[in-house]
Amino acid sequence: MPDWSEEIRKQLADLRLAPAREAEIVEELAQHAQDRYRELESGGATEAEAHRITLEELSGHELLANGLRAIERTDAPEPIALGAGSKGRFLATLAQDLRYGLRTLRKSPGFTAFAMLALALGIGANTAIFSVVNGVLLRPLAYPDADRLLTIYETTPEYGRTSVAYPSFLDWRRESRSFADMGAGRSDDFNFTGAGEPEHLSGEYVSASLFPTLGVTPFMGRNFLPQEDRQGAACAVMLDYGFWKVRLAADPNILGKALTLNAMSCAVIGVLPRDLRLREKAQVYVPIEQYNSVELRTRESRPGIAVIGRLKPDVTIEAAQAEIASICSVLARQYPKTNAGAGAKLVPMKDDMVGYIRSTLLLLVGAVGFVLIIACANVANLLLARSTARRREFAIRTALGAARGRIVRQLLTESVLLSLGGAAIGLLLARWGTSLVLAAAPDSLPRSAEIGIDPYVLLFTLAVSIVTGILFGLAPAFHGANANPQESLKEGARGAGGGRHRAESLFVAVEIGLAVILLAAAGLMMQSVWRLLQVDPGFNTRNILTTQVALSPTALASPPAIRLAFQQMLGRVAAIAGVQSVAITSQVPLAGSDSEIAFWPGAAPQPPQDRTTSAMFSVVTPHYLSVMQIPLRRGRFFTERDNLASPPVVAIDDVLAKHVFPGQDPIGRQISLMVMGPVRIVGMVGHAKQWGLDSDDTSKIRDQIYFPFEQVPDKFMSAGVTGLTLLLRTGPEPMSLVSAVRAQVAGPTRDQPIYAVRTMEQIISGSLAERRFTMLVLIIFAATALLLAAVGIYGVMSYAVTRRTHELGIRATLGASRREIVGLVVHQGMRLAAIGLAGGLVAAFALTRFMTGLLYGVRPADPATLAAVALLLGAIALLACYIPARRATAIDPMAALRCE
Amino acid sequence: MEDQAIDREWKKGSAELLILSLLEAVPRHGYEIGKLIEQRSRGALRFHAASLYPLLYRLEKRGWIQGRWVEKSGQRRRRYYRLTAQGQKMLASQRRGWRTFVEAISRITGAENA
Repeated sequence: MPDWSEEIRKQLADLRLAPAREAEIVEELAQHAQDRYRELESGGATEAEAHRITLEELSGHELLANGLRAIERTDAPEPIALGAGSKGRFLATLAQDLRYGLRTLRKSPGFTAFAMLALALGIGANTAIFSVVNGVLLRPLAYPDADRLLTIYETTPEYGRTSVAYPSFLDWRRESRSFADMGAGRSDDFNFTGAGEPEHLSGEYVSASLFPTLGVTPFMGRNFLPQEDRQGAACAVMLDYGFWKVRLAADPNILGKALTLNAMSCAVIGVLPRDLRLREKAQVYVPIEQYNSVELRTRESRPGIAVIGRLKPDVTIEAAQAEIASICSVLARQYPKTNAGAGAKLVPMKDDMVGYIRSTLLLLVGAVGFVLIIACANVANLLLARSTARRREFAIRTALGAARGRIVRQLLTESVLLSLGGAAIGLLLARWGTSLVLAAAPDSLPRSAEIGIDPYVLLFTLAVSIVTGILFGLAPAFHGANANPQESLKEGARGAGGGRHRAESLFVAVEIGLAVILLAAAGLMMQSVWRLLQVDPGFNTRNILTTQVALSPTALASPPAIRLAFQQMLGRVAAIAGVQSVAITSQVPLAGSDSEIAFWPGAAPQPPQDRTTSAMFSVVTPHYLSVMQIPLRRGRFFTERDNLASPPVVAIDDVLAKHVFPGQDPIGRQISLMVMGPVRIVGMVGHAKQWGLDSDDTSKIRDQIYFPFEQVPDKFMSAGVTGLTLLLRTGPEPMSLVSAVRAQVAGPTRDQPIYAVRTMEQIISGSLAERRFTMLVLIIFAATALLLAAVGIYGVMSYAVTRRTHELGIRATLGASRREIVGLVVHQGMRLAAIGLAGGLVAAFALTRFMTGLLYGVRPADPATLAAVALLLGAIALLACYIPARRATAIDPMAALRCE
Repeated sequence: MEDQAIDREWKKGSAELLILSLLEAVPRHGYEIGKLIEQRSRGALRFHAASLYPLLYRLEKRGWIQGRWVEKSGQRRRRYYRLTAQGQKMLASQRRGWRTFVEAISRITGAENA
């Protein structure tokens, strides 16, 4: 029996079918030929006749190959897994591609390692930033139906949004019908005694309705009962899970036991669930009615109370807003003195928590996206170089019948494999990077505990890496697939091709352009931070130690005892060697808190609220000015003689003087303070920045009033005592005195702790934390971008030198000097760099506008910054060109010519 | 001879319809299809391998028929083609078209002869 297969294969040869398809056709036709041959034989034909006829019918006048050509070549013939359907066929090819891809990548470990590392940097950084964005911006708050939770602010004509007066909260809660419930909370500090060393706890006064409003069920015990949240009720306390677990050693019998907080005995009635994060730091929660202060009962003070409401299911936020506005207007008519012009503003709770940081995070998302694009361009260039080197391989495959689509698919599989590998490493980098971001992030970064790698982050990484793989793989893939088999094979191993160089140059230019944008952004942030650090805050920030103090429970017994305890404490601390002066203040500038008081000129009774103005209000001891080194402009500051026995006095700053007494001498004049009554001005001092180095100048309230601690009336003494800060001006490094200060504050009874110890410089740098954080992350991104761009241009130039070895050899033979050869190569590289730089500068000019809100003292398109960026990148690019150029001069002309 | 009368162009035009018709009831392999065309046309129509298989592959590519390798004990495996749902539709429409065409032709040619 003749071998039909061989015959048929010959006919099909120039169709260049995929091998598997060809085998299939050969098998089917051979079967046919065999049937026909048998039939002819059994019909009486001789072997030779049967053979001839069968063959004729196979080729016939319509050549088999011609008939097949049109059909089999119309699209990519794919190897077919025999007997499988089209889905199975796809999987079979995919498996084949994967195996082949892995083999190829293993064969060049250096390339694979570098490409994966570059991608890991890009993908890792993106994953890290995305996990922050996911945790902070995207994930819903961890409460049931969190989208119906609203933060409710009180608004006044003077402040805009402000915290809420407790009576307003009670009225809103009683009158409104839009809310399922409302709760209130106020952060405060608690002195925890009676369990070993005295300890300072951060805590929160909450209304009994707060946790039910949020939908929080205690981990242990129960929520507060309404009767526990009444004036005069016995103190109850709920504990933070972490506090219970660590500080109380997870005591299973804790319910019913009593903790001594601020000298009150409070029975533990519940432990909150582990994942509750109301405000990041609270350790204990006490009913708000236990907050023993007149502040709570008046409508005129708004003592940091935050109100949360839960909308009823069918009520819109607009309807609720309208309702609460009408309640407020009733209150304004009822209490014109305190509530004229006051209103309320509803903000979705999540927006309230994270809204302000959104633009910063989005900026970082953009920046990190650029880093990834740069990494992609880099890897794409490497792949291009490889695909040139692999032209022979592709040519052979094409000659053997592989279609263009098939090769593109193979190459894309390889690049996706690369990026998946990069993503795996990137995930590790991201875990590490995320903790780095969190460590560097300002404490104020909301929801930071919710940041982590969750399924969404993994999904994001997977999606990014696949898209990335396809993105950077496309150009090299098409380049590879377009290989003309005949030319490539003729050329031998030395690949060439103009398209490749254009693409590669484009990639490098894009890399440089993006690096320019990132560097410009980082540079602008650096400038802003630097300029902020140059701002004069109005006092001497060096060598000041600040610490919060808590008084002994025995000292808290009466207002005179409190005054005495502080006097003695100041005396002991002042005696420490190295302490130059010491003072107490109720608020520290730039520390992020503030307290204001309404005042009006003269001694008249209080006008309606909309005709008073507010000033920042600090209660201080006499040495405050010398500790802070705030200049005294006129009159005098306080002395020990300004006490309850003498007429009440205040000092004002020059801003208030200019504002209230323009062109007049304020010394000796009277003003009236809300609640406190009329006081006489004895001194005028310089303005000290309170709100922030950047925003103080534009803040609504800048006037400052200082009030002597010794003149604080008895009724305010016990409430004001928790927020006091001890300030020390030191000769030596402030932190070196901490243990001495701790010992002297503790006093003979050893039950007065210090906490929150910071230097003034730390406070200032903390006030810049968010900007610093943005700056730091941008610098890291920009440095990565710079590195990748440098590697990119270096790679391209090295390759160019290798490719031009022959040419450069000839030039050297013909007498070109080393300088000329270096110039030639550098010129080629720098042209690319210049194109990238120009494009990048234009883009930076357009894009940095989005940073305006984050900048201080520098315009988005600051020419100096852009020029510096251009210089830096230019220098790096020059270096990256120069190294390969130097190598070019080392070419031995004879060797270069011989290798042809 | 009849063979010459039925010109190549005729064959081309009708080939698809013939193959689809033969596959309507049962799946068949290529050789069988060729054989049946020859037998049922009493030798008037004949497709050799060189033209038959390209046709089959074209129909398969269009999705009208689908080939599948079938192994029967004691034989080499063969590729059997069956009509797909799409093929059914094409067959129906081609049949209608062919009928219209034949009627039209016979009205013309019949009228001349009458």
